[in-house]
Amino acid sequence: MLDKNGIAKRIAKEVKDGYYVNLGIGIPTLVANFVRDDISVEFQSENGVLGMGPFPFEGEEDADIINAGKQTITTLPGASFFDSSLSFGMIRGQHVDLTILGAMEVAENGDIANWKIPGKMVKGMGGAMDLVASAENIIVAMMHTNRAGKSKLLKRCTLPLTGVGCVTKIVTNLAVLEVTSKGFKLLEKAPGVSVKEIQEATEGNLVVEGEIPEMDIS
Amino acid sequence: MIKKTVADVAEALKGVEDGMTFMLGGFGLCGIPENAIDELVRLGIKDITCISNNAGVDDFGLGLLLQKHQIKKMISSYVGENDEFERQMLSGELDVELTPQGTLAEKCRAAQAGFPAFYTPAGYGTEVAEGKETREFDGKMYVLEPAFKADFAFVKAWKGDEAGNLIFKGTARNFNPSMCGAATITVAEVEELLPAGSLDPNEIHIPGIFVQRIFQGKSFEKRIEQRTVRQKS
Repeated sequence: MLDKNGIAKRIAKEVKDGYYVNLGIGIPTLVANFVRDDISVEFQSENGVLGMGPFPFEGEEDADIINAGKQTITTLPGASFFDSSLSFGMIRGQHVDLTILGAMEVAENGDIANWKIPGKMVKGMGGAMDLVASAENIIVAMMHTNRAGKSKLLKRCTLPLTGVGCVTKIVTNLAVLEVTSKGFKLLEKAPGVSVKEIQEATEGNLVVEGEIPEMDIS
Repeated sequence: MIKKTVADVAEALKGVEDGMTFMLGGFGLCGIPENAIDELVRLGIKDITCISNNAGVDDFGLGLLLQKHQIKKMISSYVGENDEFERQMLSGELDVELTPQGTLAEKCRAAQAGFPAFYTPAGYGTEVAEGKETREFDGKMYVLEPAFKADFAFVKAWKGDEAGNLIFKGTARNFNPSMCGAATITVAEVEELLPAGSLDPNEIHIPGIFVQRIFQGKSFEKRIEQRTVRQKS
């Protein structure tokens, strides 16, 4: 079973040379720490920066340079700033190659819910609806089950949707899965996790074909 | 040169009234029109509708107007980080319209650029699209979203000149440029107000035609919401 850093490490392998990548808040943010340094990648933050760098050194924080999580950041050589409209033009216009975001629920048809729990939590969707409606390559980073132990990979989402039929891949603490017309296709299992355990933690239809390899998180 | 300068924030906000709709720039607390917000608190204007990506924090930004119950309705994309906001929303005191962030930005830009509405894929199939016209283009579904209408837009820029030309800094740019000219009157507060001719025309982000009033802000606290740093190794 993986921890959050393990999930981020596995997802980092999906980031290819030349990619512009948008990272959501939470586990996705950690992905930047594990991207190979021999490839060229630029991170976009939807509040208006491309070419995001690491956090600033203490004393060098600039209130005018933050990411979408409102954290102080730095920029790398080649970076640019732009307004929100242009930023979402980049996203809607499919100029961003890969979107990595968290979720509360994913359905076997690729629906995603991550912005609202009626009566409990209403923080808003931020840029998530724009991102999932537009991106062609969306990876969800999340735990396989919620805190109550219930599966987050469902036949149908029960929470208000963020987007319909948009998720392509899911990386959890247990497995790597692909959304197909038949349901969640199991691609890889986490070290020390059996197919049976993944099956039990997945409410939606799990497609298992042949021998399932173990994830490489080296 | 058409001069847009006004003496101070009081003159800049002349004409604001109860029940008006305001656009306010900023993302989180970054690039918010601090001086205009303070003045709105001082004036005690009530029943305001605010179009702003976020709602500030409890004791800063739009949180100051929420504390005084001056806001009737918020149109935002993300409203976490504010307990008073949540309390007013759940008790029904505050009307909240949550809008996808890119749609929010484009509804401003559409108002600025003279488009009555536009189609976007964001929110299709979700509760955001309920009751809205949808249409298929090349096999993909889109939602029709109307442009915003507002009485005042309050924006914050880094540098500006007497002609109302603006230059923004870093990610403090965010929603500010798209809100310029998107309301009946656009008020820009700047950190540095310069004589016309001081700014290189090649480097202007927003031309003065989109700005009716410009003034130098008295002070900018520029509060950091999430101070994240790394240690020097």
